Amino acid sequence: MDQFILQILNGLDKGSAYALIALGLTLIFGTLGVVNFAHGALFMLGAFVAVTVSNILTLSHKVVDETRTDFLGNPLQVDVPYLYDWFGQTAGDAIIDWAVPISIIIAIPIMVAIGFIMERGLIKHFYKRPHADQILVTFGLAIVIQEIVKYFYGANPIPTPAPEAFVGSFDFGVAFGFDPNAIIYPYWRLVYFFFSIFIIGAVFAFLQFTTFGMVVRAGMADRETVGILGIDIDKRFTIMFGIAAAVAGLAGVMYAPINSPNYHMGMDFLVLSFVVVVVGGMGSLPGAVAAGFLLGILESFASMSAVIDILPGINQIIIYLVAIIILLTRPRGLMGRKGVMEE
Amino acid sequence: MLGLEKKDFRLLLIVIGLTMLAPFLLNPFPEGSEMAQFNAGYPDLMQRFVIFGIFAIGFNILFGLTGYLSFGHAAFLGAGSYGAVWMFKLLSMNVLPAIAISVVIAGLFSLLIGYISLRRSGIYFSILTLAFAQMSFALAYSVLTPITGGETGLQLALDDPRIFGVSQTATGNIPVPALFGLEMRSSFEWEVGAWLFTFNTGYYLAALFMILAFYMSIRIFRSPFGMMLRAIKSNQTRMSYTGLNAKPYTLAAFVISGMYAGLAGGLMASMDPLAGAERMQWTASGEVVLMTILGGAGTLIGPVLGAGMIKYFENIFSKINETILHGWFAFLPDGLENFVVAMIYPFIGKGWHLTLGIVFMLVVIFLPGGLVQGGQKIAALFKRSKPEDAKPNATEPAE
Repeated sequence: MDQFILQILNGLDKGSAYALIALGLTLIFGTLGVVNFAHGALFMLGAFVAVTVSNILTLSHKVVDETRTDFLGNPLQVDVPYLYDWFGQTAGDAIIDWAVPISIIIAIPIMVAIGFIMERGLIKHFYKRPHADQILVTFGLAIVIQEIVKYFYGANPIPTPAPEAFVGSFDFGVAFGFDPNAIIYPYWRLVYFFFSIFIIGAVFAFLQFTTFGMVVRAGMADRETVGILGIDIDKRFTIMFGIAAAVAGLAGVMYAPINSPNYHMGMDFLVLSFVVVVVGGMGSLPGAVAAGFLLGILESFASMSAVIDILPGINQIIIYLVAIIILLTRPRGLMGRKGVMEE
Repeated sequence: MLGLEKKDFRLLLIVIGLTMLAPFLLNPFPEGSEMAQFNAGYPDLMQRFVIFGIFAIGFNILFGLTGYLSFGHAAFLGAGSYGAVWMFKLLSMNVLPAIAISVVIAGLFSLLIGYISLRRSGIYFSILTLAFAQMSFALAYSVLTPITGGETGLQLALDDPRIFGVSQTATGNIPVPALFGLEMRSSFEWEVGAWLFTFNTGYYLAALFMILAFYMSIRIFRSPFGMMLRAIKSNQTRMSYTGLNAKPYTLAAFVISGMYAGLAGGLMASMDPLAGAERMQWTASGEVVLMTILGGAGTLIGPVLGAGMIKYFENIFSKINETILHGWFAFLPDGLENFVVAMIYPFIGKGWHLTLGIVFMLVVIFLPGGLVQGGQKIAALFKRSKPEDAKPNATEPAE
């Protein structure tokens, strides 16, 4: 039983990342009808916003510390972040410690802007081209973004720690009456899960309860009629692209402490997110979210040693296997809408 | 000639000429000169040119003609190389059975994957092939280690039970792949003044296969079968209304291009008898997509050009470092020199992927027919005498 719960929990954090990326992909696909291979790159850019923010916060200048000496006997030079000068040591430390949460606030405008530029500058011109062209051009864009990031940040993963308060693990066992140490779960992953639930909820609420969201949904259902009614649907779809980029970026920011960001993390996630989207059903937002969590949990169940003993290697292929079976038996995916991408 | 039209036959002759004279053409700069680093005429790279050329020609038969974008073609190349290495291990060091088996294995493998994947089209087909390729990669990397060698890859060993031939040579080494005694790695070097030309056995074998593959692809392009494949790309619904079932044609194209990939994999293993799982990864599939699109999908010569260009960039361009750049721009005043080098450096050397990505995007946006279309457009600029209406025939890639 405790193993069971542990695997569900393990699946949740990966599932959250899948769900967030797949949600953004589906938003773009459902509104603009574009298959965005650069979405993984947006996720990666989000993670690097976190890296950049923590780099900026720790910008420091050298101060000679008279009380200590280095190995040559000269007075030791110490790096002092500017934040110490401005806010004092305790407050400065606290700010540096909370770099990742702070990046969330900074990431939103940055990612929305990047999304805007991408849509207006490039993707706008590809609405009328075949899907293969859309895939190819966004694939090229993903390579370019990756290489730019690689140029500035190098090829090695950059550790980006979570705030001190969330380091360590939560002992679920004690809380739910199991043996101590049976179910241990890192705090940050818990935070990630709740964060993603919050974001997903916010996106759904935005689409469901605002006039703007209503128009966008109407546009997804029948773009032409909405246009005839005198609504500039393109502008609203561009904004949705920005929101989708921000969702991917936030997923990346929060993922930075779980997995040190490197320049190709986006591609690694992209393949899986596409599989998630297809399993959930192209164009279905609830489907994308549900499939994200489902596949995340399935993946962690498949990596239980009891399962691997029976079916070796299943943990490596389970997601693809599920995707293939779903695609062949339920062509529309779990919750796919009728008429979306059915040639 | 050979069942080809005059124009196609001329193209074939040009390709034959270029591949046969490649050791000269790719080594235009004398040894030891400043420009010698741009020489691409060494066996390893020339082999890669033609092998990836075969791979891209095959991919083009699927994507260029039918428009089905597969993101999993590297799996067939990987399967082909595993098959070839097993032939070396078990049967003999002769490359012919190894190449034959690699084509057969890749063909069967692509028949299986194609049969399932082709039940869907468009983006779903791309994702299905991607999923299959990633699955094969994951399996080759982990569970299938007894067959594939897992992380280290499949290599020859000193105690391979070779039926024809010996496990070890007289000196206790692993024997090398050969064609009836003609070793693949053996080269004939010819020094002419300051120039050094290398003629490598493996390269010429691979080049022969590439010419054969190219000839086959011309025949397919011009055949009624090729016409069917184009019909699938332009309008599949209309095709089925006329009473034709598209599936067998697409599947045939998929298997043919899978066999091309297998041939490339078998040749790769023949040049260097090892095979690794990373050859199957989806980034490797992405590479062949890049090659084909860059050169010109749906054109005959495009994929070969694309493959050559990417491999040239990968091996030659990537070696240019900051010092060399400073050397080139040394004639400029210091400040300007540093500025120019700083502006150019991100795009070459280690950053060649960035250039590749940008060029690729530009090609997709402005030249859907790839570099071949670009060349034709430039040629059309100089041919002013031609009237406007002659243009569409000349510039349109296979649609």
